[in-house]
Amino acid sequence: MKSVRPGKSYFAHGLPYTDIARLNGTLLTLEGTDGVGRSVQVKLLKEWLEVQGYGVIETGWTRSELMSETIGAAKAGHNLNELTFSLLYATDFADRLEKIVIPALRSGFVVIADRYMYTAFARSVVRGADPAWIRNVFGFALVPDLTLYLKVDVDTLIPRILRSRGMDYWEAGMDLHFGSDLFESFRKYQWRLIREYNRMASEFGFVTVNASLPMEEIQARIRRKVQALLDERKVQTLSEGIETLRPLLFEPEIPRRRPIRGSRASRPAPAEHAPAP
Amino acid sequence: MPPKRSALRKGRLIVVEGIDGSGKSTQIKLLQKWLEARGQQVFFTEWNSSALVRQATKRGKKKNLLTPTTFSLLHATDFADRLTYHIIPYLKAGMTVLADRYVYTAFARDIARGVDAAWVRDLYSFAVEPDAVFYFRVPMNIAVDRILGTRTKIKFYEAGMDLGLSRDPVESFRLFQGRVLAEYDRMAPEYQFQVIDGTRSIDSQQQKVRGIVARLYDQAPNMERR
Repeated sequence: MKSVRPGKSYFAHGLPYTDIARLNGTLLTLEGTDGVGRSVQVKLLKEWLEVQGYGVIETGWTRSELMSETIGAAKAGHNLNELTFSLLYATDFADRLEKIVIPALRSGFVVIADRYMYTAFARSVVRGADPAWIRNVFGFALVPDLTLYLKVDVDTLIPRILRSRGMDYWEAGMDLHFGSDLFESFRKYQWRLIREYNRMASEFGFVTVNASLPMEEIQARIRRKVQALLDERKVQTLSEGIETLRPLLFEPEIPRRRPIRGSRASRPAPAEHAPAP
Repeated sequence: MPPKRSALRKGRLIVVEGIDGSGKSTQIKLLQKWLEARGQQVFFTEWNSSALVRQATKRGKKKNLLTPTTFSLLHATDFADRLTYHIIPYLKAGMTVLADRYVYTAFARDIARGVDAAWVRDLYSFAVEPDAVFYFRVPMNIAVDRILGTRTKIKFYEAGMDLGLSRDPVESFRLFQGRVLAEYDRMAPEYQFQVIDGTRSIDSQQQKVRGIVARLYDQAPNMERR
């Protein structure tokens, strides 16, 4: 398993006006296509973490104070193209990132995001946006500590969607004009979306969970991954704490006026040994 | 992604830029009348005017919900919507589009607010390149006098009050618009702005603008433009 970086990093350009040095919380994201069962998994995970004593904040796609109404109205109007579609979601994402996610991480919460920027990448690219452009747009995002990807194939997804809520206009990608048949459009659109998620799984290091398993089994696998991450972070926080304390614990007898230069082997050669310019 | 510039070659895109109170809106209206009198089909579009994000922008501004990044993204969404519905089809039809503010307003304001300069430029990389950009340059004190002369109150975001530069709106306006002005000046050579001295008389500014615009129409129709 890859080692967990201390603290958080920005995906690309970041928010130059926001200091993320002390974001001590944990950012978990759940990804996967429409109807794959993310919401119920988020709910179960949240309950489990809370029982263990973690403070948990949940945030979901299009739920921002600033944009939720506007996005709802825009989707009802069916007059979006790949640019406006992507930018509306990016605005919603930025609002939640700055108003909910970053403050919660700063206070040490576990933040669970139901969908993250990868959903925007998949949807925008399937709609014909330039992949490099949409990744730049989300350059202000924080890189999550863990992305759990609920992976399903389109033939498993279809009966599940039909049993639960049926196919809707946007989930069927009807705006892409594959044809007037809702079922065929859904199949084509979701197939393309799933292909994008699968591509990103290796690009961004998602932890893939088989979403065709029973709900309880999916949750058990998610919990194992999350537990491992939280344990590792705990150990890391402890060892960082010891690092901080080390000078106080072990080094008081070192004379304070000892010259610093040359005290560590890895230091570059002192300037006077450098060749003359 | 938007069509290639060549597909829009028949139309002309003319942009005015400058800080609030620079007089650009007056000049673009005069230009529109003149072009129409010369028989041109003209369409006018202005910054932050699409219906798509009107409600969100209004609420965001009223309740001071906006951060530099959401401010930037809302304006980019507005721009993308207008580009799709109000700019590209008109250019394809061979009409002249007059834009009161364009991507340079976003670059100047958003960078002045502290977003990453490379990020905001790439954000707008889908924009169509204009045929001419007129930058109306005025010193800060003239802009402030003009703004205060026409209304009693400076708006919160216009004054950059979200940045906490000063509690006094007029002072904050001066500081924030000063930064915006500096960004415009930096962009002027990079994007080959036609710099118009906004302190001169309305008539003399307009004559200069018309002289430059006239040349855009004198080029032969099949001539390779850009």
